[in-house]
Amino acid sequence: MASTSLLLEIVRNMSKNIIENKELLTELDRAIGDSDHGINMAKGFSAVHEKLGEMEGKDWGYILKTIAMTLISTVGGASGPLYGTAFLRAAKVVEGKGKIDRKDVINMFHEAIEGIKMRGKSDQGDKTMLDALIPAFETLKSAYEEGEDSKIAFKRAEESALKGVEYTKTIIARKGRASYLGERSIGHQDPGATSSYILIKSINQVLEKN
Amino acid sequence: MVIGLVIVSHSPKIAEGIVELCYEMVDEEIKIIPAGGTKDGRIGTDPIRIKEAIEKVYDEDGVGIIVDIGSSLMNAELAIELLEEKVRKKVIILDTPIVEGSISVAVQAYISNNMEDVLKAAEEARTTKKLQEQP
Repeated sequence: MASTSLLLEIVRNMSKNIIENKELLTELDRAIGDSDHGINMAKGFSAVHEKLGEMEGKDWGYILKTIAMTLISTVGGASGPLYGTAFLRAAKVVEGKGKIDRKDVINMFHEAIEGIKMRGKSDQGDKTMLDALIPAFETLKSAYEEGEDSKIAFKRAEESALKGVEYTKTIIARKGRASYLGERSIGHQDPGATSSYILIKSINQVLEKN
Repeated sequence: MVIGLVIVSHSPKIAEGIVELCYEMVDEEIKIIPAGGTKDGRIGTDPIRIKEAIEKVYDEDGVGIIVDIGSSLMNAELAIELLEEKVRKKVIILDTPIVEGSISVAVQAYISNNMEDVLKAAEEARTTKKLQEQP
């Protein structure tokens, strides 16, 4: 069972890692997009970081919803509604819960991905955040099914997310500004998949410490 | 009762400019509100601002939203989801070029105040040529 203090530690780490990787994300987006991904994500997660105090002592649903609304109202670019929708859908799964179990983790992750698919009208293979998130989710799910604990499950999920990021270098962008580039987008790693990888890595780092 | 319009652009100047252009053609009876940029003045779109704009122009006859590029559509869709159901049912995103379409739609709303006519005007603006075809 995971408590909200663990969640807050994860959120703090997500904010820290996104802010630290602002330049990297911006550089990646400069190559195939409108070079605002790092700036937008850092803006969003700085605002999330400022709300940590307000989230203290609240339930999982409240915290995730606060993150969602904060990202939605501060990011500005496409990552705002996409991540915002993901957190909003995840929040619905754990509304009012003080602690969550593995089933909740799976359901949250699943709903988050479905939310992104719906909002972006996209799927795996389009060179988006889904190319990191979907493999990570599938790995996480099978690790749980094999009876592994969250530490191992998320470690494997992080590895799959990274593979997913590598995979985005080999495919054509079908969504967003990068899709204008067509074949020229091949060879570049997707900024959205990279930020998704950073978020999953942030979860893993906290689990490893606890 | 009149149809309300919300103009969503990544650029606040574009959104405001379009509203200004529309009011050259119609009077204030038609409510047209710009929802451009982020709340801290960057280029981008903000679902919360879009949602508030919709609520401001809301009318039982309907609200039309016109968006520009990329994520403005996603943010407009998200804004609609965040609305209360009574309002949500009356809101429609118009698939039309943001400058020409906004003006056509505003004029049509002014003339007939009927959502079906407005939809037709939006669609016509999408295919209107600027240059005559050579014979």
